[in-house]
Amino acid sequence: MNKKERLVAAIEHGTVIDHIPANKTYQVASLLGLFDLKTPVTIGFNYPSQKVGSKGIIKVSDKFFTDDEISRLSVVAPNVILSIIRDYEVVEKKTVVTPDEIKGIVKCNNPKCITNNEPMATHFHVTDGILTCHYCEKEQDINKVELC
Amino acid sequence: MEKHNFVTIADLTKEKILYMIEMAEEFEKHPNRELLKGKVVATLFFEPSTRTRLSFETAANRLGAKVIGFADPKITSGTKGETLKDTILMVSNYADVIVMRHFIEGAAVYASEVAPIPIVNAGDGAHQHPSQCMLDLYSIYKTQGTLENLNIYMVGDLKYGRTVHSLLMAMRHFNPTFHFVAPKELAMPNEYKIYCKEHGIKYQEHTAFNDKIIADADILYMTRVQKERFSDLMEYERVKNVYVLNNDLLKNAKPNMKILHPLPRVNEIAYEVDDNPHAYYIQQAGNGLFAREAIFCDVLGISLDEVRNDKTIIL
Repeated sequence: MNKKERLVAAIEHGTVIDHIPANKTYQVASLLGLFDLKTPVTIGFNYPSQKVGSKGIIKVSDKFFTDDEISRLSVVAPNVILSIIRDYEVVEKKTVVTPDEIKGIVKCNNPKCITNNEPMATHFHVTDGILTCHYCEKEQDINKVELC
Repeated sequence: MEKHNFVTIADLTKEKILYMIEMAEEFEKHPNRELLKGKVVATLFFEPSTRTRLSFETAANRLGAKVIGFADPKITSGTKGETLKDTILMVSNYADVIVMRHFIEGAAVYASEVAPIPIVNAGDGAHQHPSQCMLDLYSIYKTQGTLENLNIYMVGDLKYGRTVHSLLMAMRHFNPTFHFVAPKELAMPNEYKIYCKEHGIKYQEHTAFNDKIIADADILYMTRVQKERFSDLMEYERVKNVYVLNNDLLKNAKPNMKILHPLPRVNEIAYEVDDNPHAYYIQQAGNGLFAREAIFCDVLGISLDEVRNDKTIIL
């Protein structure tokens, strides 16, 4: 794609997060802690996409995410692609790997669970797209979670 | 020393279950000892449960420990907004082990993560009640001489009954055949049937409850069908007397068959059954003392060998 066709201005160094389902764009930004960054962040959404219908794109200058940070996205946008940019060139593409454990991101849907009654982080074990609460052992589908 | 807790039954290995049963046997021979002399046991009951609390406190007293705690959460700082973590840490300053009953699910696991001393789960909401399961296992072992290859019939409320769920999981090591006898509204949940399939546990489901269905049983585990569990009260009226055990239903029972019930019973076992030689639910509750003495010793690092060679027995 040449520069004229770019949907959002190019960045020199940093990360481009593409193929975000449009309605999840702000959740992705929040999970990656982008609102706390001091570097330029461009957030766009409702771009047409063959993959997800309507997509969001986020470009973050001078920021490279760790695999741990990227794995946080597995609950809201597991199919995003992160392009690592150096000198305006894509040097690496990363996908989201669902971790075995998710801590402090997802709310337990059992109102009687200790995590909803005590100031503490939630903790889930992940197997085949099912999250099992470490404390009350109630299960929920990874696609139907509510964030903390 | 690594801290031992007793918060769930699901993780216990076959060896550990048999080890705990052997320890309970020792306590049945000699329940009165001074093994825990100088220790302080805290019983924190955030939800009232007289039977369970008395059983734990008796176990502690018969082993020579002192008991502190509360039976009524209204008198604790929890009502002032104190977190569970703070309560647990505060009590950890005073006691050597905490026995906790809580209405919140997962409270015991969390308490065991924050407490520097052992936590014994005396029930956390609808989640787990592992000491009940331990005494159920001990009762089965004692009456059948083994835990292996038994036909276990679970009757009544199999949907909400946490004791049947815990027993089902704990028995996975012992090649049981389960029969789930329940009305459709209270049938064994799918997750437990999947658990059975995953662990190669044989099971059959029945809605009828009669002498022929249960003729093959080694253990008949009765539970209470509670009115408040039904969304359709017509359905409750229809089934409320179906799952009631009486002497007539026991006429074809195997000689070794024993009736268990986690108690309290309401009307699901007719009083005439109490004198039937198959009845075992009152002795079963008594076994709770020995099972809980074993649990205390295990979490406090006292081994089966030490229990066997104990010089503190009070005859």
